Amino acid sequence: MILTKAQYKEIAQCLVSVPPTRQSLRKLNQSRATLLSIFSQEYQKHIKRTHAKHHTSEAIESYYQRYLNGVVKNGAAPVLLDLANEVDYAPSLMARLILERFLQEHEETAPSKSVINSMLRGPSQIPDGVLANQVYQCIVNDCCYGPLVDCIKHAIGHEHEVLLRDLLLEKNLPFLGEDQLRAKGYDKTPDFILQVPVAVEGHIIHWIESKASFGDECSHHAYLHDQFWSYWNRSWTATGKGHSLTLKILEEKLGGKETQRCITIME
Amino acid sequence: MAAVLESLLREEVSVAAVVRWIARSTRGSEDNPGEAAALSSLRPLRKEFVPFLLNFLREQSSRVLPQGPPTPAKAPGASATLPGRPGGPSRGSRGARSQLFPPTEAPSTAAEAPLARRGGRRRGPGPARERGGRGLEEGVSGENLPGAGGRRLRGSGSPSRPSLTLSDPPNLSNLEEFPPVGSVPPGPAGTKPSRRINPTPVSEERSLSKPKTCFTSTPISCVPSSQPSALDTSPWGLGLPPGCRSLQEEREMLRKERSKQLQQSPTPTCPTPELGSPLPSRAGSLTDEPADPARVSSRQRLELVALVYSSCIAENLVPNLFLELFFVFQLLTARRMVTAKDSDPELSPGVLDSLESPLFQSIHDCVFFAVQVLECHFQVLSNLDKGTLKLLAENERLLCFSPALQGRLRAAYEGSVAKVSLAMPPSAQAVSFQPETDNRANFSSDRAFHTFKKQRDVFYEVLREWEDHHEEPGWDFEKGLGSRIRAMMGQLSAACSHSHFVRLFQKQLLQMCQSPGGAGGTVLGEAPDVLSMLGADKLGRLWRLQERLMAPQSSGGPCPPPTFPGCQGFFRDFILSASSFQFNQHLMDSLSLKIRELNGLALPQHEPNDEDGESDVDWQGERRQFAVVLLSLRLLAKFLGFVAFLPYRGPEPPPTGELQDSILALRSQVPPVLDVRTLLQRGLQARRAVLTVPWLVEFLSFADHVVPLLDYYRDIFILLLRLHRSLVLSQESERKMCFLNKLLLLAVLGWLFQIPTVPEDLFFLEEGPSDAFEVDTVAPEHGLDAAPVVDQQLLYTCCPYIGELRKLLALWVSGSSGRSGGFMRKITPTTTTGLGAQPSRTSQGLQARLAHAFFHNQPPSLRRTVEFVAERIGSNCVKHIKATLVADLVRQAESLLQEQLVTQGEEGGDPAQLLEILCSQLCPHGAQALALGREFCHRKSPGAVRALLPEETPAAVLSSAENIAVGLATEKACAWLSANITALIRREVKAAVSRTLRAQGPEPAARGERRGCSRACEHHAPLPSHLISEIKDVLSLAVGPRDPDEGVSPEHLEQLLGQLGQTLRCRQFLCPPAEQHLAKCSVDLASLLVADQIPILGPPAQYRLERGQARRLLHMLLSLWKEDFQGPVPLQLLLSPRNVGLLADTRPREWDLLLFLLRELVEKGLMGRMEIEACLGSLHQAQWPGDFAEELATLSNLFLAEPHLPEPQLRACELVQPNRGTVLAQS
Repeated sequence: MILTKAQYKEIAQCLVSVPPTRQSLRKLNQSRATLLSIFSQEYQKHIKRTHAKHHTSEAIESYYQRYLNGVVKNGAAPVLLDLANEVDYAPSLMARLILERFLQEHEETAPSKSVINSMLRGPSQIPDGVLANQVYQCIVNDCCYGPLVDCIKHAIGHEHEVLLRDLLLEKNLPFLGEDQLRAKGYDKTPDFILQVPVAVEGHIIHWIESKASFGDECSHHAYLHDQFWSYWNRSWTATGKGHSLTLKILEEKLGGKETQRCITIME
Repeated sequence: MAAVLESLLREEVSVAAVVRWIARSTRGSEDNPGEAAALSSLRPLRKEFVPFLLNFLREQSSRVLPQGPPTPAKAPGASATLPGRPGGPSRGSRGARSQLFPPTEAPSTAAEAPLARRGGRRRGPGPARERGGRGLEEGVSGENLPGAGGRRLRGSGSPSRPSLTLSDPPNLSNLEEFPPVGSVPPGPAGTKPSRRINPTPVSEERSLSKPKTCFTSTPISCVPSSQPSALDTSPWGLGLPPGCRSLQEEREMLRKERSKQLQQSPTPTCPTPELGSPLPSRAGSLTDEPADPARVSSRQRLELVALVYSSCIAENLVPNLFLELFFVFQLLTARRMVTAKDSDPELSPGVLDSLESPLFQSIHDCVFFAVQVLECHFQVLSNLDKGTLKLLAENERLLCFSPALQGRLRAAYEGSVAKVSLAMPPSAQAVSFQPETDNRANFSSDRAFHTFKKQRDVFYEVLREWEDHHEEPGWDFEKGLGSRIRAMMGQLSAACSHSHFVRLFQKQLLQMCQSPGGAGGTVLGEAPDVLSMLGADKLGRLWRLQERLMAPQSSGGPCPPPTFPGCQGFFRDFILSASSFQFNQHLMDSLSLKIRELNGLALPQHEPNDEDGESDVDWQGERRQFAVVLLSLRLLAKFLGFVAFLPYRGPEPPPTGELQDSILALRSQVPPVLDVRTLLQRGLQARRAVLTVPWLVEFLSFADHVVPLLDYYRDIFILLLRLHRSLVLSQESERKMCFLNKLLLLAVLGWLFQIPTVPEDLFFLEEGPSDAFEVDTVAPEHGLDAAPVVDQQLLYTCCPYIGELRKLLALWVSGSSGRSGGFMRKITPTTTTGLGAQPSRTSQGLQARLAHAFFHNQPPSLRRTVEFVAERIGSNCVKHIKATLVADLVRQAESLLQEQLVTQGEEGGDPAQLLEILCSQLCPHGAQALALGREFCHRKSPGAVRALLPEETPAAVLSSAENIAVGLATEKACAWLSANITALIRREVKAAVSRTLRAQGPEPAARGERRGCSRACEHHAPLPSHLISEIKDVLSLAVGPRDPDEGVSPEHLEQLLGQLGQTLRCRQFLCPPAEQHLAKCSVDLASLLVADQIPILGPPAQYRLERGQARRLLHMLLSLWKEDFQGPVPLQLLLSPRNVGLLADTRPREWDLLLFLLRELVEKGLMGRMEIEACLGSLHQAQWPGDFAEELATLSNLFLAEPHLPEPQLRACELVQPNRGTVLAQS
């Protein structure tokens, strides 16, 4: 769906105060995918801004104490989830924080990142049953962070890549995919390089990177920095230098599903 | 010089003799004895004649060109060392000049009076003045030092000027004579370190002239361009009564005066208006003082001086041809005299001969002189670009003074095709990733590879930032980017990384900066051509418009110092900011290598006998290629010079005396960064000066002051001087250099001789035995020099300062209207192609010689076509072999490997060993490659040659060409294949083996048994992301917290599982991680079902799932696990303490669903009994509430009590699949 900047800002403003849980997101049931995407990005920005304050040792210690007190009172209550919502932090990240702290206390060596990640993916591996349940609860209730959400994002990205590929095939636009490019030894590649450039609304398109998320300015800058410039640096656009980018969100009915595609045009 | 000129004027010697005398003193014998005698006495002064002449002219003209861009003149700076010269420097230059022509005989009083007064007023050169009356010898000795005067001349705004006008009432309204405070041009006193006077931009002349509008009653903006400007002091300016100071009054008077003039005769300018030129009369005739051939004073004298001057130019006795032309153009377009000698020529013919009166007494004189000189240089003029020619042909002064020359110029203009477009800075374009060199294999370590990867991105980030900001005022390169650049350089630890980075740097440099004018052709390759062929007319106009907007206004006068325009500035600043020794060294290495490579490039040579129309077309391509090579070389050499001499350059003046000696001793030991002397010598011998000299000049232009004093470089300068002298434009011969080639060399050399670091005396003091130069050029038949490789586009691209000529003329045309951008009228972008790879010439064997001979007799295009076809087909052949033979072998390898794996069991043995076995089996097949390659080339080449050659090519020629193409292509392909095929097969097989082994590894799904969608699948299944999200919602509902009215309906659950099945069956959108998560979620869902934890929405108050419904859902899950999941499902999680613990919370506890599930798992072969037993066993170790542990134990016993169903098929599953699944899921 195409939003004007003003509309976008209004939405983003409304979403600021919403915690990332299922219940609050039920309210966003119209054009859900787009709103969710906007919400998710706004929330992530929020978390990035406040991330540091939750990671001071004092904060961690106080959260851990509150968690311990909470579960002693009632292990079945959503202690961790409530705590996260109360201090306005993502439940999954709170779970990670507490888990890390817990493992530090119960094991000799500091837990490695991969161990933590693995436990978050499969809470059954967490030695403490109560904590395992609490962590699991946080993860399934978090709509913006956590292994499940990551997987969903990844799946969406993959699906859109496939959709894009189908679309290119359907429109008879010859392209080289990422795999083919990698096989040729390229270090950074976009999803597709068009073998013959096409023009979309007056812009020459040389390559397409499917992002499957709402393209707000912030994420654009991030992608621009991490990926797009790298492509440009490898000469995948043949025209001029890139200074502005135009952003379009197109709503399309594809495969019976309402999906969005974000087309970024670099000039 | 005065003596010589006097002799000339007295007709004692002929002009030719004088020029001969100047050129080579030793040849005096050719002249008639009388002349020789007259000149021989002056011999010691020979060297100084030319600088003297130049300075004389500059000085004489200084009254005419008071505010225009000064024309620098360069001459030996002997003055400083001369004894007895009081106050050696500056001010009195003009006086010093006049003293050279002492008033021996009393001229007319009009001429005498100002001179005398001038002399009297001047303090500084007083003694010199005294000398003025002495004999010729003394006078000449005093004139030994013309250099100083000459250079000082550039300070046209010298304070001594008012003295010139002393005889006249001070015209305070003349704002150029009495400029407003602040607008006074910088005085000549040597505050500038450079000897070159900073050229005043042409446009500034206009701004200084603006006060003209003071005289009009209308506001500035309303002044129509055609309105006469009143600045001209003549004819009316002088008529003002002395007391008239008020501006208002003056205005009034002027208006009257003007109207009177207009009524009387609107155009007194041209006495021959009926000459009938259709050219539009430009505003120039009205705005400025009209020049009238009839009012020229002392014609004879002017003619003589013009002739001597022209001869000096023609003989290359002046350092810079274009500088002199610029000067002449300035005279031609002079607007007014400072001292208005308005009165009619009053010098009687008898007095004409003396030199003491000013040479240029009026505008008429200036124009007359200029036209006289231009007439002698018509050939040069006719080779200027079309725009300049047009302006010249339309110049009404030229028309007045020499209709003949105007006619010739007009004809030249009409016949000219030399449209030149000013170079447009191409937009930045990144160097494309080069898989063959940027590959991981070319780096010492992964780390280096990744560092370089980052470096590339940082480099472009810096470049982009520069592009965005460098034009902003206040932005500083060092401040903005310096630290980032240094940090980046700091990361380039490995030497190999440096060379990689330098390669990128150099490529980017070439790509961005070497566009040879117009269209940024190198960026888009041939895109503009293609587009224009497609009729993209608008696009063409856009290009032109863009160019017009982006072309630099001025290149900084006729002799700009070496600069780094446009993008080059980035690279210079980058080098400076990086200040990295390693980087500079690598850069110099790389630049030197590339320069050698390009300089040695075998550029096609011209066959003069092949002069049909076709070859003309071919020459377009040759020229373009030459231009690309030359411009690349110049760019690289410039940077090489910059980096190489960087450590020695500084703002301080050149050292002198002992210090200089010690520096010389030190520096003479340092080997040159690139052996340019040898390259120059070879270039001259091979008649490739037109390629070598221009880049050498760029290189030398960055030399420091010491360099020209070093023996090594002095040799180079002497060689260049001799070359310069030998390039006489009027001498045209078959074997010599083409005219434009000469012109290019003269332009670049002339420019070099004006560079501050090149010693002043070098040009004039160096003996130039041009004969000696001729001797050592025993050249090949047709060197590059004889080929018409240079065109005007290239000339102007290399020497943008030539364009100043055009600007001068354009400025004249634009008159006083203030339009300053009018000089670019015709713009036609041309394009260049990239530098194509030069096929190597294999000159072995008779066959090759025959082929060579064959091509020799054919048009060069034939050869290029054949070589091109051979090159492409050869390359295609290799690709074809890769795609067919090698790919087949790889497939064989894969199937062999599969067999191997089957026979040797799962592990398959050591991969390295496997690879060896496979290679030994497969590599021999590589031998087929040669036969296949030969066959391919035979099949493909002839068709390509046929398609590319003209239809009319004779059959025999065609078949020979085809055969040669086949031969060359085969040779190329086979050479590569025989050298590389084994390695190639090895590499590909190795990649295949590791791929296969990886596929064999942990993920069974990748083993090829992974099923795709069924044929009929239309991929309408729900997307995996959607399903994960839905299941996640159910899970979060079940886990809580939830609102009281929240729940799922059993139908929804059933539908969800149905969708899951669809998704799993349509693999289109499913990626392995998504499948893994779906599997995990489905297990979680099952556990929640078993524990009856899913809140059900249904008929009110019925919040528990019916047993039957639960079983049905579990059945669905079981069948999904069994049938549809292709990846592992972590079923053991069903018995994890956490999931089993869910049961502990339910009351009453229902164990039957769990038991049901376990039985089904075993029955369906999804889990083995043993595994379940093990899981149950470990469950006991967890801590449970007492009653729960008891119930659990009962469940175990119940399950274990059931009879075994030992089916073989089941056992296999039990052993292999779930185990692996467990491992995976845990990871």
